[in-house]
Amino acid sequence: MHINIDHIRIVNIDNIIEETPSIRTLIFRDKLSSNAHPGQFLMVWIPRVEELPLSVMISDKKMHAAITIRKGGFGSTALFNKKVGEIIGIRGPYGNHFTIIKNMKKALLIGGGTGLVPLMRLATKMNEFGINSTFVMGARSKTEVFFEKQANRFLKNTKHKVIVTTDDGSYGFKGSATDTLATIIKEEKFDRVYTCGPELMMKKVFALASEYSVSVEASLERYMKCGIGICGSCCVGEQLVCKEGTVFNEKDLRLMTEFGRIYRDKTGRKSHIVDYN
Amino acid sequence: MKQNSKYNNDILRVNISSLSLRNPTILASGFLGISQELFNKLYRYGVGAVVSKSISTQPMEGYKNPTVVSLGNGSYLNAVGLSNPGAESFSKEVISNKQVPLIISLVGSTDSDFLPMVKKFDHLNICGYEINLSCPHVTQMGMEVGDDPEMVNRIIKTVKSYSRKPLFVKVGVGNSDIIAVAQIAKDAGADGITAINTIRAMTIDIETSMPILSNRIGGLSGKPIKSIGIRCVYEISKKLKIPVIGCGGVFTWEDAVEFMLAGASAIQLGSVIGYEGIIAFSRITSGIKKYLERKGLKNAMELIGLAHKY
Ligand SMILES: Cc1cc2nc3c(=O)[nH]c(=O)nc-3n(C[C@H](O)[C@H](O)[C@H](O)COP(=O)(O)OP(=O)(O)OC[C@H]3O[C@@H](n4cnc5c(N)ncnc54)[C@H](O)[C@@H]3O)c2cc1C
Ligand SMILES: Cc1cc2nc3c(=O)[nH]c(=O)nc-3n(C[C@H](O)[C@H](O)[C@H](O)COP(=O)(O)O)c2cc1C
Ligand code: FES
Repeated sequence: MHINIDHIRIVNIDNIIEETPSIRTLIFRDKLSSNAHPGQFLMVWIPRVEELPLSVMISDKKMHAAITIRKGGFGSTALFNKKVGEIIGIRGPYGNHFTIIKNMKKALLIGGGTGLVPLMRLATKMNEFGINSTFVMGARSKTEVFFEKQANRFLKNTKHKVIVTTDDGSYGFKGSATDTLATIIKEEKFDRVYTCGPELMMKKVFALASEYSVSVEASLERYMKCGIGICGSCCVGEQLVCKEGTVFNEKDLRLMTEFGRIYRDKTGRKSHIVDYN
Repeated sequence: MKQNSKYNNDILRVNISSLSLRNPTILASGFLGISQELFNKLYRYGVGAVVSKSISTQPMEGYKNPTVVSLGNGSYLNAVGLSNPGAESFSKEVISNKQVPLIISLVGSTDSDFLPMVKKFDHLNICGYEINLSCPHVTQMGMEVGDDPEMVNRIIKTVKSYSRKPLFVKVGVGNSDIIAVAQIAKDAGADGITAINTIRAMTIDIETSMPILSNRIGGLSGKPIKSIGIRCVYEISKKLKIPVIGCGGVFTWEDAVEFMLAGASAIQLGSVIGYEGIIAFSRITSGIKKYLERKGLKNAMELIGLAHKY
């Protein structure tokens, strides 16, 4: 039967993984999401509460996928508090995705917070294509580190390195993820840098990669209502993040005067981005 | 601009009141409508004019998501709740507008809301206003205002007393007779009517028994409302002899031509963008052009109201 991806599909939460005290992964059965490309997102309906755009997380179970949610405001907390056996609605997957260059040898993945989610699905692709990868994960402190084990597992068939940084030095390298990037990008040659996380972090990643003439793909977040390219709320300049993104390359980013600078709120008003840790 | 020359085609040029558009396709309010950079892109892609998202005096957050539900078969249900950045912020957004024929959609509860807004926009490079009297899902704004004849009269007179720019009134299918509201608008001095807005509707998820829209009830757009739009345009233009802009379910050039035959001087595109993106504008204009050539007509305006005589 043909499924219209724009129609809400009700799914059952089969399993929940506690990643950190404020981050959980909810696993559900859905064939379309299990085949999502890295970087795509779902519009997740928390019935009678909210609908939120969330990256598609990978699940080990066949025909299953997941979402990884950080508890914050109203909608995300309601989702975080869902129990096994409860239901949510999903539509999608939407958006474009990270791409792999032909004959690619070495990739660098760098992200922080729930920005790691799309990079995890990408990591499984790196594994599949035998591309050597360095994965830099930034967190504030030890209690907020997650996905380190999974990343090592997802990359197990290739030569890989998973580097964790914490701002306070309570785990891994002390400092920001971009501090580490600044060191390794000097020493090693990468075919492409992939990034998702706080936008000012991505802006630094973009600047560093440009300095060393390395290609970049960044997955952006904007306020989304429809997720399907009609309402315009997710615009960055003339681009719609839900449709033409969420992944943009160095050529797009160079032309985006609002990248790393301007975010539109629910009303559509512009404000300056100040989200970096 | 050279890249636009292919869109400068006299056969497609239409005049509506004092507006002259290079072609009859207009972006409907609420679609893509908050970013000047997007307006510029739409113009590069061949749009005849752009109507902004409906703007209110103060910024509005609108309803919680879900605010837009895709119903399939070319239709959507929405209750965005008129979220918009507010007149102050939006006037700064469009201050840099150079070449886009931009119509500002305004929404408010009373006549006193409109004057301060018009004062913020009137000196900018915009080509007119569309007063939204027909949003079907926000109380005391839109449709409920449209149902109050005295208020409609006062709002239009207020805007007209200050601005010389053309004013269009957007009407919908609701409690009041659409012709009666259009008549009041005309008598108060409106330069044209846009018909129609979305129509009150609802959808329920059968697994959870829950309405999907956070506001429960919203407005239906797209293919299912086209024939209602055609009827409204036909009746308004025939009875009132006022320029009408047709809107509702235009997906193809055939739909656009049908609206013009019913009496529309131009047509607005909305829901089709969800299916085709902004390519829809140039595709529909080139279809209209071929039709005009095949029929041996010299200009698109010759189509307007041709069906009235039968
Ligand atoms: C493409 C994309 C992928 C995302 N992936 C993830 C993910 O995998 N895990 C995760 O935890 N979060 C993800 N987010 C962020 C998530 O959508 C929410 O923004 C976040 O969970 C906050 O929700 P809240 O209920 O706490 O928001 P609120 O407390 O209501 O608002 C706080 C802030 O959250 C943001 N926000 C709220 N609603 C939306 C919305 N509809 N669209 C975009 N931003 C919104 C706004 O910046 C808002 O100011 C993603 C966002 C986007 C756009
Ligand atoms: C998501 C969405 C938002 C809308 N917002 C507005 C608005 O702010 N003001 C307005 O006058 N009409 C608004 N409309 C109605 C459209 O302008 C148009 O009248 C309606 O969608 C019918 O045209 P269509 O079938 O081509 O979509 C909105 C419609 C949708 C789907
Ligand atoms: S979220 Fe509506 S256009 Fe992107």
